[in-house]
Amino acid sequence: MQTGVDAIVEIDAAGLHYRDLNARLHRVVEEGARTIRLVNVHGQRYIGTGLRKPVDIEIHGVPGNDLGAFMEGPRIVVRGNVQDGCGNTMNAGEIIVHGHAGDITGLSMRGGKIFIRDNVGYRVGIHMKEYKEQRPIIVVGGTAQHFLGEYMAGGVLVVLGLGTPGGRHTARFVGTGMHGGVMYFRGTLTPEQLGKEVSIVELDEADRVLLGQLVGEFCRHFGYDAAEILSGDFIKLLPLSKRPYGRLYAY
Amino acid sequence: MKSILPPRFIVERDLDRCIQCQVCVTQCGWDVHYFDEVDQVVRSRDELCVGCHRCVAFCPTHALTIRERQLDYRRNANWTPEVLEDIYKQSEMGGIILTGMGNDKPYRNYWDNLVLNASQVTNPSIDPLREPMEMRTYLGAKPERVEIDPETMDLRTELAPQVPIEVPVMFSAMSYGAISLNAQESLARAAAAAGTMFNTGEGGLARPLYKYKDHMIAQVASGRFGVHPDYLEMARILEIKIGQGAKPGIGGHLPGEKVNEPVAATRMIPVGTDALSPAPQHDIYSIEDLAQLIHALKEATRYTKPVSVKIAAVHNVAAIASGIARAGADIIAIDGLLGSTGAAPKIIRDNVGIPIALAIAAVDTRLREEGIRNRVSIVAAGGFRNSGDVLKAIALGADAVYIATAALVALGCHVCQMCYTGRCSWGIATTRPDLSKRINPEIGAERLTNLLRGWSLEIKEMLGGMGINALESLRGNRLHLRAIGLTEAEMQVLGVKQAGM
Repeated sequence: MQTGVDAIVEIDAAGLHYRDLNARLHRVVEEGARTIRLVNVHGQRYIGTGLRKPVDIEIHGVPGNDLGAFMEGPRIVVRGNVQDGCGNTMNAGEIIVHGHAGDITGLSMRGGKIFIRDNVGYRVGIHMKEYKEQRPIIVVGGTAQHFLGEYMAGGVLVVLGLGTPGGRHTARFVGTGMHGGVMYFRGTLTPEQLGKEVSIVELDEADRVLLGQLVGEFCRHFGYDAAEILSGDFIKLLPLSKRPYGRLYAY
Repeated sequence: MKSILPPRFIVERDLDRCIQCQVCVTQCGWDVHYFDEVDQVVRSRDELCVGCHRCVAFCPTHALTIRERQLDYRRNANWTPEVLEDIYKQSEMGGIILTGMGNDKPYRNYWDNLVLNASQVTNPSIDPLREPMEMRTYLGAKPERVEIDPETMDLRTELAPQVPIEVPVMFSAMSYGAISLNAQESLARAAAAAGTMFNTGEGGLARPLYKYKDHMIAQVASGRFGVHPDYLEMARILEIKIGQGAKPGIGGHLPGEKVNEPVAATRMIPVGTDALSPAPQHDIYSIEDLAQLIHALKEATRYTKPVSVKIAAVHNVAAIASGIARAGADIIAIDGLLGSTGAAPKIIRDNVGIPIALAIAAVDTRLREEGIRNRVSIVAAGGFRNSGDVLKAIALGADAVYIATAALVALGCHVCQMCYTGRCSWGIATTRPDLSKRINPEIGAERLTNLLRGWSLEIKEMLGGMGINALESLRGNRLHLRAIGLTEAEMQVLGVKQAGM
């Protein structure tokens, strides 16, 4: 096995249980590997979990649930789809998915970035939160399922609607319980599709700058034309209150 | 709207004793006592009094008496004063009635219906003052069998991570935010001194408490507040919170007004936002999902520490516990009907869940029947008042217990149930700096260490009386318990015989 700062270390995941695969991943990182390629990945969970070094990991195949859970630092590029819980409670780092992602992508994420080229499942970005300089970001190229950004307490969620028929998003209950952060949609989203704790507001110059950066990054990852995407119509969702349930109680 | 709620307490000031020193004015977190500038005299507003007795404890001349003032409504077995007054509250404000601490209703407290055994003639009792008593408990999964190398006598079996505690009593989850930092530091310090554990609740670990990390159980709950890699790595035990006895099945809201700068820093959220803990963890909708989070935490910490799963004791607790054990948890913490809280809807606190004694027995029995009792330690919680309750729980099958109310009482709590307001005059359930400073962590820790020492001595005495010299020998040993005044069905669930049999 090659090691050293510049060498790419390859691990063949075929037939490996996740525990063994992750143990090997941790070992090579301990030994100094900074670029690791995992091949023949077939549903192994928790890849990148607990890794705290700024390593580059390229995954060929389909990683299992909880990819990068509790992760702090690595940059993971997936050449394929990912399953549920990608970026669960992630603190820092980057996950770039050349495909679709499943449910609860970015659950309780507090920092770092997730870019998904295609569509995502249900409850994506649920309870994302931000703290000072830590601001989690999720950019979805396609569209999302229901309860996107549920309980969202901070961070940025961008849904670009690429390849969505008629630019129409079909998610419902978007931003239910949202009390922090911001969401941007490119395409059509009607008020009936929103949770009652959010409202549609106009974009301002700062929003355009932020979108320009994030869409630019998205396009560099996946080879789209940023100017074309940015020329579309965007809407912005903000929570109505930092305290959605303040009037729930008596005495 | 004018409130028709009558004052709950009456403040009686003995004017012969009162020296107008105004200690009561400064001590009250509720603005009950005030100095009347016109008449130059201290007066009280009864309607604001919650009965926390802070003023009584600090009045230098014992001039104050706080009396409960129950209106003599026309007698009615169903429409009790509490029922009427709850309706008055809701008709004034709408909304859910909040409360703090544990269920105060007269449900059967099973510890009062169970008695312990002692040795007489046929086997000798042991004097713990002169003979060693083994009090240490190891929390964590135990192997099916132990294999030893016959040559070297070394252990061949690979053991799951174990955490030793020197007294079978740990401090239950109380978050920074729900309680003051000084109160939490008192718990942490006492846990370190007594060789036991404290539990962060869902509030993260404040930086000044990092030095107590070896005695920290880090909770990972639905809001994931303050959960970051260092927090997971520092912890001795990780605990996934599914539920708690005071409010099974629901989440929690730390109101924005309690989220000041230091609380925000520890929870890692902006100042002034509601910290919402959703009812479910949205990555757990099944036992299989629970297994996934258990193993995510184990992966994140490279299998170095036990993972606990805390649930409220509910109807199918035994089957749920079996699922948790099979999902790979090392510890199951079960919180019963009397479990306390910093804030819960009163209707849920008082009506949901089952008593902890029944839950311990049901879970221990079920896990034994399935041959998987060794896979988990059982930690019981919810209303443990003294060492007798603790020892009975261990005899029923618990490995250790969590205490919270008893610990707060040791810090001065008078169980006034107003924790959710953040105005605790005792400096416990508050984040207000002027109130929080009333707890000195050094003295608080000393009081808690004293309490644990007292219970520990009592447990040794009781064990010795039974002729037992190790806590381990009493664990799940229900022959040392007998029931008084329980039904056949209750005794069947508890696996305990009627006294006299």
